[in-house]
Amino acid sequence: MGLIKYIKNVWSALRSLAIGMRRTLYYFTHHKEIITQQYPENRDTLNLPERFKGEVVMPHNEQNEHRCTGCTACELACPNGTIKVITKFDVNPDGKKKKAIDKLVYHLELCTMCNLCIEACPSDAIKMAQTFEHSVYDRSQLTKILNNPGSKIMDGVE
Amino acid sequence: MPSFSHIALLIHEWLSSHLNSTLTLTIEMVIAGVAVISLFAVLGLVLVIMERKVSAWMQIRLGPNRVGPRGMLQSLADTLKLLVKEGLTPSGADKFLFNLAPFIAMIIAMLLMAPIAFAKDFQLWDLNIGILYVSALSSVTVISILMAGWSSNNKFSLMGAMRSGAQIVSYELSAGLSALTIIVFTGSLQVSDIIRSQANGWWIFKGHIPALIAFITFIIAVTAETNRAPFDLAEAESELTAGFHTEYSGMKFALFFLAEYVNVFIACAIAATLFLGGWMPFHVGTWHAFNHVMDYIPSSIWFFGKTFFLIFIIMWFRWTFPRLRIDQLLNLEWKYLLPITMVNLLLTTAIVILGWHF
Repeated sequence: MGLIKYIKNVWSALRSLAIGMRRTLYYFTHHKEIITQQYPENRDTLNLPERFKGEVVMPHNEQNEHRCTGCTACELACPNGTIKVITKFDVNPDGKKKKAIDKLVYHLELCTMCNLCIEACPSDAIKMAQTFEHSVYDRSQLTKILNNPGSKIMDGVE
Repeated sequence: MPSFSHIALLIHEWLSSHLNSTLTLTIEMVIAGVAVISLFAVLGLVLVIMERKVSAWMQIRLGPNRVGPRGMLQSLADTLKLLVKEGLTPSGADKFLFNLAPFIAMIIAMLLMAPIAFAKDFQLWDLNIGILYVSALSSVTVISILMAGWSSNNKFSLMGAMRSGAQIVSYELSAGLSALTIIVFTGSLQVSDIIRSQANGWWIFKGHIPALIAFITFIIAVTAETNRAPFDLAEAESELTAGFHTEYSGMKFALFFLAEYVNVFIACAIAATLFLGGWMPFHVGTWHAFNHVMDYIPSSIWFFGKTFFLIFIIMWFRWTFPRLRIDQLLNLEWKYLLPITMVNLLLTTAIVILGWHF
């Protein structure tokens, strides 16, 4: 029947609108849900969400070792050429040559924080940091080298 | 107890004891005009800050919080900014119409203030066709929008204005028919009569289900008529930049902006008058003790309380629902609202003839 379908249509429309309005009324009356942070005032007590993406960093352990094998997966995954991996060849004690990174150059000014490099990395060598105060007076300061000077690859990471 | 009607009477008596009747009338008109303009200014400031706070809290944000205590002076600062900005006129525009359009929007909003009863016995002009006057004038708003859109000589403006034309012309019908439902109950178009008929209960309670349906359709229709989201196709920031006021800047833009908010206020005031009893306190039939307690709250507080409650509901709509497409908009009016209001009007008429209402 056309008429019954029509009334059902009107009813379901009103019902779904009411559901939406109940949600916004909940937010309107529950101010603890507000996620805006009063940034300059609460700089010391800032509470950033877990998945906040500020910049790409490479964690090092106490022996100045990282997990990067220099496979360039991150460089290939990056959509706008933010990462450049410069590799070199280390010579092992037993005389074998092994590929390793010389520098992992990261252009913060080109990065859109898309997280594709972190997902592409097979050995979890890079991750997103929660820093966000990135402004500098000179553009060249935004080009960063992620591996520490003199660092080498962790044992057991291939 | 000093009330608005008391103050008005005092001024009238003082003036007529000192001056002749013509001069008294002239001065009273000037006072009324100044009062309406200052009400406009206050309404603009209050409604803008209210809208921004409501929208912020509904979207889990904080909203303006830097200017003044808790950000309450933000709209004043915005007004100052708009006042000192240059009112640009594009070189390709029809200069006369372009500059005239915001003033027409404003004048119509001012004229609509006339039949609204702000408090007990406090009304600018209690003409006997009050509701007809309001519905006739509010449809003239489309002329100012079309004028602005056409004279801007800009495709976005023209498209916004054309959409607005289609929208206002169609939603005028269901707004009128919904208002007519209450007219059928009261048997009078005069605003003071309509309010007096609600002394033993507001029409939304007395009028059974038809009044409730009429209330819902009226609110939907006036939301569309005042070009507010989810029916803001005339402006549609994301599609048409700003629709008919794309080319406007400075104070000319502010006039359009103010006219929109004042129109919302007027639409809500009319809805409050028709369905929620205007300044009439909350009365229940023959509970005389309860009614007497309610009478202690001043009538102006009742009126503004109801009106601002309805404004809040319209803001609630805006920050909850997504914008409709133009075909969905016209579908909603011609396939749903109009048939529903027509059947509802028939039902109301039957109820009134059979004497089933209170």
